[in-house]
Amino acid sequence: MISEDDVWKCLEQIPDPEIPVLNIVELGVIRKVQITNNHVTIMLTPTYSGCPAMKHMEQEIQRSLNMFKGIHLKLETVYFPPWTTSWISVEARNKLQAYGIAPPEEETERKAALWGVESKIQCPRCKQQQSKLISQFGSTACKALYQCQSCMEPFDYFKCL
Amino acid sequence: MANALFNYILRLADSTIILAQRDAEWTGHGPYLEEDLALTNIALDLFGRGKALLEYAAKLEAKGRTEDDLAFFRSERQYFNAIITELPKGDYAFTMLRHAIVDTFDLLLYSALMSSTDETLKGIASKTCKEIQYHQRHSFAWIKRFGLGTEESARRVSDALEQLWPFTDDLFDQAPAEVDLINAGIIPDRSSLKPAWQNHILNLFNEVHLKPNTEAFMQSGSIKGIHTEHLGHLLAEMQALPRMYPNATW
Repeated sequence: MISEDDVWKCLEQIPDPEIPVLNIVELGVIRKVQITNNHVTIMLTPTYSGCPAMKHMEQEIQRSLNMFKGIHLKLETVYFPPWTTSWISVEARNKLQAYGIAPPEEETERKAALWGVESKIQCPRCKQQQSKLISQFGSTACKALYQCQSCMEPFDYFKCL
Repeated sequence: MANALFNYILRLADSTIILAQRDAEWTGHGPYLEEDLALTNIALDLFGRGKALLEYAAKLEAKGRTEDDLAFFRSERQYFNAIITELPKGDYAFTMLRHAIVDTFDLLLYSALMSSTDETLKGIASKTCKEIQYHQRHSFAWIKRFGLGTEESARRVSDALEQLWPFTDDLFDQAPAEVDLINAGIIPDRSSLKPAWQNHILNLFNEVHLKPNTEAFMQSGSIKGIHTEHLGHLLAEMQALPRMYPNATW
């Protein structure tokens, strides 16, 4: 018999395809795992509506749960409550920073962050808080582009939503 | 009422994917790299929203059609997108002004849909509102840059306004069948959104010395599937591959 724990352990092995230092559980996209007999239902929520990595994540989930024989796997997309960067764990934030991506600001409810009065984002390299927004949009749907005004390095910032 | 809801969801989805398709035309053609990425990212968000809406429409219809069938195998007259979304992308001032107009409208519409009595619609709206705010911040910043920039940029955004303004009333048109949905608390009355929309958009225009021609003849027709000649060309391109190779996968 497969347990919820088995499923969560399996999911923790799946890296985010675009930010491989994080696994999909740390990212907060897995909302729920339900098991009734051998029917496993996993509920996912997209980070961004059009995140092209969602399809890939679904395929990886299917592949990794293949090792459990005889289960019926169902993946459901849920939109409510909407994903927020505050679901990213503290541990995951530290990993992001070590990887060179500035983690999202913590108070996601603060409208200021959405409306351009963004506080200075800390440079993940030199840790100075003198950064400048280069572009609201970056290399993937979840990132914006900043430049540190101290060490002059450009860096990715995980958008705060 | 199920049929009215299906048509309404199509209307939301169509405006979303047609605008996404126009934005995506900038991919590889942006004025500079960051804007190329910005428009591509915005288009992705919109396609994602469109997909969620079409999936829901397909489920409501329950005739075995998928979201792809709905996107790729309907013709012009079966599309109900707001006309403003189908106009050719024009220059960057045109693209950004259209975005500012539609973002402002969408933010009000989807904010209202967050209190819908329909759970799926409410979920999609909650997700999408955060993204629209982010897009609006981008489009508004550009209108300020154009309006208060050089003589050339101010002229371009003013020309864009002259072309776009006559298509803004169409956003607020309501199909007769939508009245039941409004009474059931599923959707907001579009006319109730108009004062707030005018307030936001005219404030922006004032700030950058833009003035819409309030005497222009206002176009409409999207709720009946009546469009400009541009939609057919857009669909021909967007639908070419699935129509030529039905059931192709990649």
